[in-house]
Amino acid sequence: MLTIIFDGIAYGMLLFVLACGLSVTLGLMNFINLAHGAFAMAGGYCTVILVNRLGVPFALGLPMAFLVTAVLGGLFERTLYVHVYARPHLDQVLFTIGLVFMAVAATDYTMGSSQQFVQIPEALQGQYNVFGIGMGKYRLLIIVVCGLLTIALQLILSKTRFGSRLRAAVDDQRVARGLGINVGAVFGITFAFGSGLAGLGGALGAEILGLDPTFPLKYMIYFLIVVTVGGTSSITGPFLASILLGIGDVAGKYYVPKLGAFVIYTIMIVVLLWRPQGLFARSTAR
Amino acid sequence: MAAAGLVRPLDGAVTVMGALADDVSTYLKRRARWSPLEIAFWVFAFATIWLFPGKHLILTETAILALFALSLDLILGYAGIISLGQAAFFGFAGYFAGLVAKYGFIDEPVIALVVSGVAAAALGFLTSFLVLRGSDLTRLMVTLGVSLMLGELANRYSDITGGADGLQGVTIAPILGRFHFDMFGHTGYTYALIVLFVCFVIARRIVYSPFGLSLRAVKGNSLRASAIGIPIKWRLVAIYTASAFFAGIAGALLTQTTAFCSLDVLSLDRSADLLLVLIIGGTGYLYGGLIGAVIYKFLQDWVATLTPQYWQFWIGLVLVVIVLIGRQRFEGWIAGVRGAFAQLGTRQVTRPAALGSAAPDGH
Repeated sequence: MLTIIFDGIAYGMLLFVLACGLSVTLGLMNFINLAHGAFAMAGGYCTVILVNRLGVPFALGLPMAFLVTAVLGGLFERTLYVHVYARPHLDQVLFTIGLVFMAVAATDYTMGSSQQFVQIPEALQGQYNVFGIGMGKYRLLIIVVCGLLTIALQLILSKTRFGSRLRAAVDDQRVARGLGINVGAVFGITFAFGSGLAGLGGALGAEILGLDPTFPLKYMIYFLIVVTVGGTSSITGPFLASILLGIGDVAGKYYVPKLGAFVIYTIMIVVLLWRPQGLFARSTAR
Repeated sequence: MAAAGLVRPLDGAVTVMGALADDVSTYLKRRARWSPLEIAFWVFAFATIWLFPGKHLILTETAILALFALSLDLILGYAGIISLGQAAFFGFAGYFAGLVAKYGFIDEPVIALVVSGVAAAALGFLTSFLVLRGSDLTRLMVTLGVSLMLGELANRYSDITGGADGLQGVTIAPILGRFHFDMFGHTGYTYALIVLFVCFVIARRIVYSPFGLSLRAVKGNSLRASAIGIPIKWRLVAIYTASAFFAGIAGALLTQTTAFCSLDVLSLDRSADLLLVLIIGGTGYLYGGLIGAVIYKFLQDWVATLTPQYWQFWIGLVLVVIVLIGRQRFEGWIAGVRGAFAQLGTRQVTRPAALGSAAPDGH
């Protein structure tokens, strides 16, 4: 039972790191980015190439995955995404789903369709036994890394100048612009950073979530659940939502394996019916 | 559901102003008139039965896809509901028709087809209440969620659905007890085309009715629409149910013509492809889905011979390029067809501004 909660938290933390970039971009630009998972996949494959083929140490592979996807994200944002912000939601959906399809097929073409594994170091395999709870070392690492990231994000958002600019832009774009905040630049940086986080999440999660070319499609719904259930106005909402989702999913798969992801979809639909703006959303003037 | 909204004249206010009512009804009648080009379109469609006897299998798929796209156009083009879960109804009815035929509950394909469509409509009616609330994103999530749930169920209860192997051992009885399905799909194509035509006529009747006009009002500006007395909620429920019915018919038709049904009828790809079909053809004028389906199938056939494996990449590329060029501009290019329709049929197509931008809160 406690092991399930532990695994669930690790899973949830991972989902949070994967999805928090999405939640900010959605809240900031009201932009539906279904291709977020593609960046996570890019991070995962980047680590696979670096660690497995080039022999880069795992500890170095993770930040590299972050950097590469962040650059990639920034590039895409400046060249492609900027044209689509002002478009209707339908266009955004079509555009990003097109990107997902291209990413899936391109990955299939270059890397093959089989499942990929990242070689994690010996020291991270196996598990500790604390008070009868089996804690996988790797999962523990995930919780520590993601926990630190979450705290760092929270601090950046609440303490730094950039954070307050970002919050202002999320709350009211027009007024923020009027105050001289360069919303476009803020958004570009956030997008790149969020993509980088997704890449890091993809790299970390390759072990748990699995990594194959269909990754962006398979987990798209999970990211979207985190964002819609958690709301887009803060970072705590998506965080709690991902933890809940993680525990719910692990427990669901453990206790009623026959139903698989059914439990999660049901919960999502019920929550969305009950609170269409998300479980933890403040009521905004939007 | 749809029928109730259909036969009722424009409510309330119109009866007071008789002259206006006359105006509206002449306007609707003029719009609803069949233009020569439309008639030519259908004559040609039916002529393909004799023109391309060797292509009937792919033509059947095209007809089914066209019907499916038509169902999405009803909610997307006319009511402004973005859905990524139209495959839910398609797949549900597909399995329904397959199971009904497999266990011999209903032997006659036409009756089974209608019953499957009604079953999908029932599902559509139930889930329509989920779609009424929330923003575009919430709708997207809920429609997607419903189709994923169904996919998950179909996968888990493989003893009923056949799981990943697909539903096997389906034998479809002859249509009306007389016309046997043959290997080359001649019967199947004729059948699919007739069903498509019948459904099209019904859909056409729906969108050119006062009911259809009120849907356009809801899509254009729901706040103002409710201010002039349109019961938005029930209009959306009705059109969503109708759309589910057509999607269901398409799904059942696929099962009947192929005598097979597999998990991919419920997949996300199917819903996403459908959006592409509709975008290629243009939304909000019924023929969009039909023309889109034809172009899409030709494209698919052509690309598949070049690179069969990476077909998905090209779909993605087409989607991205269409959006980057601008959907409006892209639709402008195929306005040749549309313009001819408008001129010959003397109907004015005033399209409301693109989706979402007309939201009452202006964001």
